[in-house]
Amino acid sequence: MDNFLSPVGWLLALLQALLFAAMAPLLAAWIKRVKCRLQSRRGPSLLQPYRDLRKLYYKETLVAETASPIFRLAPYIIFAATWMAAAVIPMIAMQLPTAVVADVIVLVGFLALARFFLALAGMDIGTAFGGMGASREVLVSSLAEPAMLMAIFTLTMSAQSTNLSSVIDYVLSYGLVLRPSFMFAMVAVMLVAIAETGRIPVDNPDTHLELTMIHEAMILEYSGRHLALMEGAAQLKLMAYFVLIANVFLPWGIATEFTPQALLLGLLAIGAKLALLGILLAVAETALAKMRVFRIPQYLNLAFLLALLGMLSNVILEMG
Amino acid sequence: MNLTYLSLLEQAMFVLAALALFISFTLLAYNRLTSIIYAFAWQGALVSAVTTLVAYSVEEPELYVSAALTFSLKALFIPWMLLRMKRRLDLEREVGNLSHPILVTLGGAALVVFSYWVVLPIEEVQLAATRNIIAVSLAVVLLGMMVMVVRSQVVVQVIGFMSMENGVFMAAVSTTQGVPLVVELGVAFDVMVAAVLFGVFFLHIRESVDSFDVDRLNRLSELEEDA
Repeated sequence: MDNFLSPVGWLLALLQALLFAAMAPLLAAWIKRVKCRLQSRRGPSLLQPYRDLRKLYYKETLVAETASPIFRLAPYIIFAATWMAAAVIPMIAMQLPTAVVADVIVLVGFLALARFFLALAGMDIGTAFGGMGASREVLVSSLAEPAMLMAIFTLTMSAQSTNLSSVIDYVLSYGLVLRPSFMFAMVAVMLVAIAETGRIPVDNPDTHLELTMIHEAMILEYSGRHLALMEGAAQLKLMAYFVLIANVFLPWGIATEFTPQALLLGLLAIGAKLALLGILLAVAETALAKMRVFRIPQYLNLAFLLALLGMLSNVILEMG
Repeated sequence: MNLTYLSLLEQAMFVLAALALFISFTLLAYNRLTSIIYAFAWQGALVSAVTTLVAYSVEEPELYVSAALTFSLKALFIPWMLLRMKRRLDLEREVGNLSHPILVTLGGAALVVFSYWVVLPIEEVQLAATRNIIAVSLAVVLLGMMVMVVRSQVVVQVIGFMSMENGVFMAAVSTTQGVPLVVELGVAFDVMVAAVLFGVFFLHIRESVDSFDVDRLNRLSELEEDA
């Protein structure tokens, strides 16, 4: 708690948030590249998402005549809320002031705020696709959120705190302990992350196939700067979920004190963990086919069941 | 008993037991017979792995035998037999969907809570450190029973029955370091005979009612078809 007022802490928190935003397109590019490799294609350069974002930023921004102010505001709100959510997650160091003032429920809240405005923006213009995408997004998230919260409650029951730093501290302090509840919760969060970030098998981020798209349908009307923000927010969200999974369940390597060596080690550790998770996601996306939209509730039911089992095995096996 | 006081070996047992419980849920939820049979085989393999770990931790050579027996019967022989039967009798399409999958899942979760509540007094008695597994084993038994209740296809019911046996075995192994080898051999033999008998039984059901849906056995005559 003494870090709360220290300027070093705030500076590091700011740096970490900036690093989050800077690394998010790289992660997306990495996943795409591994996926291309697995499919025997060369794949775009790792800098391609940065070029895309820059190009979009300088392009003319067109807004439909029927758009309300919500349509113009939404990209900024969505990007800001996602970025705030990312700032809550400890990436290279623990006990940063941003992690101290906000716990994991705030994180879910920020993501929900972003999603709320995304759905509103999708419906705002009044095109059929936007409304369809928004309704599907709400369907997915209303089923994914209970699973996510249940998985989080499993963690917080063990660590007796909803603060992410404390949870990581708890996991670190016991060393290697095989916890069935954490394993179930981890798989549940992974499934939720796939659904929430719109990856295969729930949604395909690479296509604009009319009948199956969810995320792309909502941002169909956006162009230029707005689109750049929307894409950036999607990449940030993916990165946020990845860092959450990597650092909460496998926190080894994260900096516990603010020395340059520890921070460098933390940076390297998270880089390696993200690269591995990226490969895992790319393999999963290559191996699986996209599901029918009406199968998604079943898929999220599985995530909820896993989270519930995590909680039950926490009570039955670990506290007993 | 806090998990962090246990050795890594006992923690691994807990993980395997929890996975066996998860597989019971997948038995409940899967809609394809092949997936159900494979899940059942995995459960057998997990129970056998728990037995091996117990054998290693208490240094009881007899338990290795029962682990090997469980593995060869539950993870290899019975699934192989069921798969062969499925192919021969073309059973794949007869499993059908559950009418309320989410309700069944939540019912299963309620059963887990119930078995925990039932087992609480037993856990007061100081048995082995792994006594917490009793609740999980009881849940596996109850979930096997639930598979038999919610599924009307006879092969899936048999799998539910055998997964109940998995639960009983896991409870025996994890609390009292296994039953005497004679009993174990007897049970294994029983299970094998049961599997063979069920095979014959399937054929008879097929011949007399032309379906594997046991709900049809309630009907008195063929004339009531689709009544």
